[in-house]
Amino acid sequence: MPACCNIATDLHDMMEGRMTLPELVTEASNIVPSGGGPVDDEPPLYAPRRNIYPQAVQGTFRRIKWIVLVVTLGIYYLLPFVRWDRGPDGPSQAVLVDMANERFYFFFIEIWPQEVYYITGLLVLAAMTLFLMNAVAGRVWCGYLCPQTVWTDLFYAIERRIEGDRREHMQRDAAPWTADKVARKALKHVLWLMVAWWTGGAWVLYFADAPTLVKDLATFQAPPIAYAFIGILTVTTYAFAGHMREQVCLYMCPWPRIQAALTDEYAFNVTYRLDRGEPRGSVKKNEALRKQGLPAGDCIDCLQCVHVCPTGVDIRQGASLGCIQCGLCIDACDTVMEKVGRPTRLIAYDTDDNVRRRKVGQPPVARILRARTLMYAAIIALVGGFMLYTLATRETLGVSIIHDRNPIFVRLADGDIRNGYTVRLLNKERVTRYLTFAVEGLPGATIDLPGVPLPPDGDRAIEVGPDQTRELRLLITDHGQRIGATTDIAIVVTDRASGHTARASDHFRGP
Amino acid sequence: MASERPHVDAKTHVATTGHEWDGIEELNTPLPRWWLWLFYATIVWSVGYWIVYPTWPMISSYTAGLFGWSSRAAVNEQLERLVAQRAPMMNKLAQASVAEIAADPQLADFARALSKPAFAENCAPCHGAGGGGAKGYPNLNDDDWLWGGKLDDIALTIRHGIRAADDKTRQGSMPAFGRDGILKPQEISAAADYVRSLSKLPTPGSADLALGKKVFADNCAVCHGEAGKGNRELGAPDLTDAIWLYSPDKAVIAEGIANGRGGLMPAWASRLDDTTIKALAVYVHSFGGGEKDTGK
Repeated sequence: MPACCNIATDLHDMMEGRMTLPELVTEASNIVPSGGGPVDDEPPLYAPRRNIYPQAVQGTFRRIKWIVLVVTLGIYYLLPFVRWDRGPDGPSQAVLVDMANERFYFFFIEIWPQEVYYITGLLVLAAMTLFLMNAVAGRVWCGYLCPQTVWTDLFYAIERRIEGDRREHMQRDAAPWTADKVARKALKHVLWLMVAWWTGGAWVLYFADAPTLVKDLATFQAPPIAYAFIGILTVTTYAFAGHMREQVCLYMCPWPRIQAALTDEYAFNVTYRLDRGEPRGSVKKNEALRKQGLPAGDCIDCLQCVHVCPTGVDIRQGASLGCIQCGLCIDACDTVMEKVGRPTRLIAYDTDDNVRRRKVGQPPVARILRARTLMYAAIIALVGGFMLYTLATRETLGVSIIHDRNPIFVRLADGDIRNGYTVRLLNKERVTRYLTFAVEGLPGATIDLPGVPLPPDGDRAIEVGPDQTRELRLLITDHGQRIGATTDIAIVVTDRASGHTARASDHFRGP
Repeated sequence: MASERPHVDAKTHVATTGHEWDGIEELNTPLPRWWLWLFYATIVWSVGYWIVYPTWPMISSYTAGLFGWSSRAAVNEQLERLVAQRAPMMNKLAQASVAEIAADPQLADFARALSKPAFAENCAPCHGAGGGGAKGYPNLNDDDWLWGGKLDDIALTIRHGIRAADDKTRQGSMPAFGRDGILKPQEISAAADYVRSLSKLPTPGSADLALGKKVFADNCAVCHGEAGKGNRELGAPDLTDAIWLYSPDKAVIAEGIANGRGGLMPAWASRLDDTTIKALAVYVHSFGGGEKDTGK
């Protein structure tokens, strides 16, 4: 744009006396575009919310989306009611986050708070799976699996049932208010709120015994926090899926921004095959051009791909932040292509590289296995494998130990040195266990457990209840065997019944 | 440059603010409407805050708000809840004897938990955070007790102190044998060597142990016993064991003989309630050096 240069030149002219100041101002104001200029076909960068009325569509991807919707929502709503036998003391819910007792149950897995690193592992797996999906087939997460997409899809389905498909809905929205319109709108919002309420209700069931909580909720006996969370999630579901919809993807979600930096030319994205589609034109015009042997595209510019889009983008402009790659435009375009007798998949899952290759006459290729995907898969396998290994081999007996900070050691009347420790015993089994102590690395040392009443028969086994921990104070006294100021020692606890052991290392200190 | 009619940018169709620098214009991009409504909602919400919560400072007070909420009242409420929650155990603790507390594992755990902050606040300044003691301040972890290490002895010491301003406090002090002219310097030196020999610490070849033994028998044995085993009635330490309240150095022992000793333990009955004192006795007893009540 030469405007700046013009002003500089003009300014120069003015100084040289060739132009007066008023003239310069007039000149400068002229260079500011005053609207109505040539309209570029790039969309506005920012705009006030445009209502989107996505049209119903049938086809392969719509069917996949329905199946995913039913399966994922089915799991979400019903999983809390699945039972799992953990014996008389354990909760019988298959998936349960037990905040009060600090336990997480997932079928046969029980996670204690100190094993929360499994969550870290799951997050790593989730991120890598997301990246792998993206490297293979673009925004699979956004298009099919994201809760925002799934619930918005459900809310759109309800909306279409009540207010009709795109055309009918738009006409009614533009029309003046009538009793029928009010009734339909009211019914829609009531149904939305019911789904939202059920969504919030299902959420809290993961945090307490579901059948009991349902009964308590119905009789207003449930804890206030349960009602509070149902309320919060009802509001967020209703707002996000009913009102904010694509705005969540466009303005709130970080993934589209990250995704754009992670994708490459070999990833299968929902793509308008512009090599086939352009130049676009009406059916008749392009048919005529084709007959004359002139270039004519398959795109008939019917805008069906835009009308079915839940985020209102035009896929023909290429991948964009707004495109969640749900594939509904593929279904819409295929329907049209069948009608006009042209090959389907003008819009399809394809790679940027293939578009380029076809343009230069090369056959398309599918490069699924490449450094990027192999590395993501390797990380997933590594992290997943490590997690499975640690989960399968983890101990059900544990001991941890902390040396007293003050005093570091105690000299006794007979000159012996004693160290104090705090010991925590972990019993992750659902039976009471009896544990005995031994100290390694300090021959002849004796162990005392002050404040613990032990059975009179001299059996020094400590009782730890099922699925519980027990903290004890442990005193180790050395009878003149110690060498040096610090001696490495280990505490070994042994399950009297099974012979299982657990050990914890620490030091024995002296003067 | 700004004209009455807003300029519209050709590229984005968005009105500009009319500002322009070197051909670069500032778009007057509208905010997403939902964002704007959220913003308005927060403003409305804040007005609600002004009304129901303490908000505006006045000259000598503040607007209290309709809810009458105050952070002080909230703390008091939480404290009351805590007191109510602890009441059953506190009542049990108040009625039990020290021995009964120690015998009941649940009550003993509760007493120890209750004692931790009380110990840190009242005892730790002299005895150390873990009761490890310091020069002149007994180590509460070891098995050597000046005034007795049973539960009741410890409770008694805490309640009435040692050499404290309390009717029931226990007295007994180490006289200043040197300062008061009872012993000559060489007698003190010999006695110090002799005391070290009682606990089998090395003494120099020049030490006059015979004189030391005579001085000890004439002056020290009254309280510390013929064999130097000490006397708990008087708080006289056992001089034959490995534990030294001050130091096993000869110079420090001699200083003690010359100038006397008499550390002070305050009487806590006037500052701490009886329940806390009992709990503290159980806590200190469980450090590891506590003596059993049986087999006296």
